[in-house]
Amino acid sequence: MAVFLDVVSWLLLSLGGAFVFIGGVGALRMPDLYTRIHAASLTDTMGASLIIAGIILQAGASLASIKLAMILLFLLLTSPTATNALASAALLAGMRPGEAIPWRQDRSE
Amino acid sequence: MYDVVTIATLATMALALVRALLGPSVYDRVLAVNMFGTKTVLLLSVIAFLYGRPDFLDLALAYALINFIGVLAVLVFFRSRALRRAANAGMED
Amino acid sequence: MIVLFGVFLLTLLVITALAIVRSENLFVVVMLAGIFSLLMAAMFLILDAPDVALTEAAVGAGISTVLFLAALALTAERERAGSTNRLLALGVVAVTTLIVIYATFDKPRFGDPAAPVHQHVAPWYLERTPEAIDIPNVVTAILGSFRGYDTLGEVFVVFTAGIGVLFLLGTRPRRNSRSVRVALDESDAGLRHYLIPRVVGRLLVPFIVLFGLYIQFHGEYGPGGGFQAGAIVAAGLILYALLEGEEQALRVMPRWVLTGLVAGGALLYGAVGIAGMLLGGNFLDYSVLATDPIKGQQIGILLIETGVGITVTGVLLSVFHAFAARGRYL
Repeated sequence: MAVFLDVVSWLLLSLGGAFVFIGGVGALRMPDLYTRIHAASLTDTMGASLIIAGIILQAGASLASIKLAMILLFLLLTSPTATNALASAALLAGMRPGEAIPWRQDRSE
Repeated sequence: MYDVVTIATLATMALALVRALLGPSVYDRVLAVNMFGTKTVLLLSVIAFLYGRPDFLDLALAYALINFIGVLAVLVFFRSRALRRAANAGMED
Repeated sequence: MIVLFGVFLLTLLVITALAIVRSENLFVVVMLAGIFSLLMAAMFLILDAPDVALTEAAVGAGISTVLFLAALALTAERERAGSTNRLLALGVVAVTTLIVIYATFDKPRFGDPAAPVHQHVAPWYLERTPEAIDIPNVVTAILGSFRGYDTLGEVFVVFTAGIGVLFLLGTRPRRNSRSVRVALDESDAGLRHYLIPRVVGRLLVPFIVLFGLYIQFHGEYGPGGGFQAGAIVAAGLILYALLEGEEQALRVMPRWVLTGLVAGGALLYGAVGIAGMLLGGNFLDYSVLATDPIKGQQIGILLIETGVGITVTGVLLSVFHAFAARGRYL
């Protein structure tokens, strides 16, 4: 039973790590701001959920699991909200999809 | 057990740093900092378990909450800058 | 393996520091400073110092970024080209670096139990804490009880810094006739037009304050204490001010409350010390505060940590409102 838990949690952790790394590569290689936001935020949430689930399986039923569940809850709440706020701020400031800098040239960027 | 995920998280932190240094617009850099923040939360949780000290999870929890505030502060700054410029442009007419 | 992780993080730290020095757009510098503080918090955790890491996390990434941005809103966003003699400065720094690196060759290995720093005072603290104070977190025991005078000085330093900033920036915005005042309508303030961040943010503010209180009172058992708790509570209230605008935040916590917090925390700390004297012991001697000396120590540490947390909260909020009121940009 313990070996089974170890194997499952190793799988979850590695999968989460893979998602996180894919997100990092995506944020670097994508051509445009909005595609980068898309890559970074989706893989962020998925990777974080898998990694924290893997650690919870290792921690068993204890105070640490409750704290980890709360970390996951707050990450799920704040990370997509920050992404939404960033994207809408970028849109309102004049970043068009497909261009690298705002079309209304402010004096300093 | 935790080595693979730690290496992946550290590699992603390096990639986010490159994006923060490169990003042509400021929004790329804000995205990089936000990504860096969530990766730091994951790294802190994994290191807490690597050391076998579950009390360290308080740090990860604090960071998950505080990272949000930094990103929102940046957005308030942009909004106020845009409003000030619009008001100045309006008053010059 | 953990050493490799530490070395990798230090490499990222050096790259970030070089980027901070070389870039001239100050906004980029603020973002990179946030990343720098995140890296430092991870490094502190790898070096097994969770209290310091928590303070760095609470102050560096949230509050420092907010204050830097508030200052940037009042000044220019590009560094002015300086005309200093760079070569001389570089030479001095290089020579000093080489001397310091040479001086570290004599240091004992990291974590060596035979090192002098582990021989004299540290074992005494580790042995005395379960006998005299009986709390699991030895750092809080040292900070609060054995070196209580130093912490008294720290609280008064924070207090002085707070009133110094208030003296410099003033508490009321000055009417400057040369600059254009943006008359912000109250309904435009903060992030009021962004619905999703506003709803989620307002949902989070009570949890952040609650978490700050948890860190405050849990400081005797795990990483935590007054400084970290004050920073986290202040961060939560600054989040409210960012979302709803500065005027609404001042209606919720008026300036006289903030000034009261700034002074009240330091007063509480000093009062605990004087209470010790009135009850027959020395200044800041907690053993006389209750019939059982161990209980007295614990009560004393609890009270002074509360004082520290109150002062730190008040000072950070006062500084934030001083910046924000000057710019009238929230």
